[in-house]
Amino acid sequence: MKHANRLAVLAVALVLVAAACGSSSKSTTGGGSTSTKPTGQQTLGAGEGSVSILAWPGYAENGSNDPKIDWVKPFTAATGCKATVKYFGTSDEAFNLFKTGQYDVVSSSGDATLRMVADQDAAVINTSLLTNWNDLDPLLKVKPWNSVDGVVYGVPHGWGANLLMYNKNVVKPAPDSWGSVFDANSPYKGKITGYDSPIYIADGALYLMKTKPDLGIKDPYALDDTQFQAVVDLMKVQRPLIGEYWSDYLKEQDAFIKGSLVLGTTWQITTNGVQADKTAPPVAAIIPKEGSTAWSDSWMIDAKAKHPNCAYMWINWITKPDIQAQVAEYFGEAPANLKACTLTVDKNHCATYHAGDAAFYGQLSYWKTPTAKCLDGRTNVTCKDYAAWTAAWDTIKG
Amino acid sequence: MATTTIDPVNVRGGLRRRLSRVLYQHPRLRLALLLGGPIVWLLVAYVGSLVALLVTSLYHYQTDPTGLVPRLVTSPSTTNYQRVLDAGVYRTVAFRTIGAALSVTVIDLLIALPVAFYMAKIARPWARRALVVAVTMPLWAGYLVKGYAWRAMLDPAGGVLHEVFGHSPGFGLSGTVVTLSYLWLPYMIIPIYAGLERLPNSLLEASTDLGAKAGRTFARIVLPQLRPSIVAGSIFTFALTLGDFYMAQIVGGTTQFIGNIVYREFSANLPFAAAYATLPIVVMIVYLALARSSGALEEL
Repeated sequence: MKHANRLAVLAVALVLVAAACGSSSKSTTGGGSTSTKPTGQQTLGAGEGSVSILAWPGYAENGSNDPKIDWVKPFTAATGCKATVKYFGTSDEAFNLFKTGQYDVVSSSGDATLRMVADQDAAVINTSLLTNWNDLDPLLKVKPWNSVDGVVYGVPHGWGANLLMYNKNVVKPAPDSWGSVFDANSPYKGKITGYDSPIYIADGALYLMKTKPDLGIKDPYALDDTQFQAVVDLMKVQRPLIGEYWSDYLKEQDAFIKGSLVLGTTWQITTNGVQADKTAPPVAAIIPKEGSTAWSDSWMIDAKAKHPNCAYMWINWITKPDIQAQVAEYFGEAPANLKACTLTVDKNHCATYHAGDAAFYGQLSYWKTPTAKCLDGRTNVTCKDYAAWTAAWDTIKG
Repeated sequence: MATTTIDPVNVRGGLRRRLSRVLYQHPRLRLALLLGGPIVWLLVAYVGSLVALLVTSLYHYQTDPTGLVPRLVTSPSTTNYQRVLDAGVYRTVAFRTIGAALSVTVIDLLIALPVAFYMAKIARPWARRALVVAVTMPLWAGYLVKGYAWRAMLDPAGGVLHEVFGHSPGFGLSGTVVTLSYLWLPYMIIPIYAGLERLPNSLLEASTDLGAKAGRTFARIVLPQLRPSIVAGSIFTFALTLGDFYMAQIVGGTTQFIGNIVYREFSANLPFAAAYATLPIVVMIVYLALARSSGALEEL
């Protein structure tokens, strides 16, 4: 049959095209072994009139959640860059969305940044174009999660810890340990929550790091086979205790307000939301005695951004002291620009969140992308990489 | 001569006429113009993306002890399919998803049959129109809005079901099945309603005249006539449930479906996500083949 033949030829051609596209777009991954340091965009030109922002909830508020909370519209008024904002719930979501190339700039946590760099989605940042670079906390600048070999890919935004939130009416006595969410005999079974992402495995690793020293865990993001297996087993013990996992913080907020959840990991913004609701039971959020996993977020620009100038302008805007003060207070985090500390409404804000406090900063375990090369410096073993963490998360949820 | 007296005022009409003559004389060109766009769309966007999916599923990642991220190996291998078969969790999740799709289909069928029968055969014309509007109305509301509305219904701490009936399935697999049954119900009612409308009342009367009771009339007359409609409706409810993952996130508690795993693996291990995503495609092909072999598709 003539027609059948033609169809077959076409199908083969399509397969070849698909295969070619598939391999050509990936074959260059892992490069970057250039002898000269890449410097990024040289000059900051006029704005392109618009910018597409991909952000954690609470990082780019345009008044749609609360008319009083708005630093996006003033940005547009000041720069002429009309901003569209898209929120994401997990770093995986951010990575997937940023990969599409539809966004000029993203607020990326440490467990996504290096993946974005390795995927060649992130542009090298020319820090001489940044108006606030010198004022940013040195604890956060040119760190392993926002730079590669001294080349800057991310501009610090702010940082904070993952907290343990509990319903004060129900959870008595008040918890002081992450052990309360891993206790197989917990009286709060079915009303405990966990964060629905492979990176949440690090919370189990942190707990075992402090409570089972025999395992020798030095860094919750660098786990060899034995350590990883122990952590996964712990997460499987936790699984039947969980009423709901959350990745949308509003879902967790709703469940704590209604009372179907009473204990579990949270962000400060969620706690703020519950406490602002008059019908909600009283809640508190603490850093337990084992310390916490935490996030240190950086703004990154798409390597093929359609509006790079507006993206730089956005970063310059969001790292300004007055805007940093607003964001940090609204979200509940330590600002990256320490000049913000004098501008917060609550004068104790920076002290409460330990902004610039190197000792405190060092106690927390910041989200990083787990890699096969152990992040804690061990060279005699191979660690579990993020793909393995993801596969384990499939199994833990079951 | 006719060819020399073209009316200059009517040049556009002349062009149009010439074009139509060309098209009339070349039926293949006509066909190409008619179907060219849709076929290119089908081949590139539809078949192309499927082919890309299948090709990607044959790649795999190899752990790279020195690099930042694993290395992508593009020489074809069945590694990912092996993992789908070997790790128990992917089988469990597949059976759970297929089970949920079957449950949703059965629940929707049990609700849709009496509702559609009432609409088509008993209700007065004005009530019939009102019911059609009422059944399709939920389709106007957003998917997410309905999902979050069902959170308020199912909430084990003071949700509507809990307050009214003293019991709620809560957030979990059964809650998800209930929510999805609600979401896809119109897709089952409408085809069955259309099928029943086509069924002549005289057949029902003849059956009664010959002494058949209601149950027998239903089993021997209505059901066989309705089979194509039921199959059409079930394809909707089954396929939509099979591909859904967001309701599991909103009302599923800790439940995960095939789609949740595909979505998660998409960022960590794209080839594996592609391999696992072929599973629902295979299931749907089997489902459609079964529907076809039952003869239902011919009668649609």
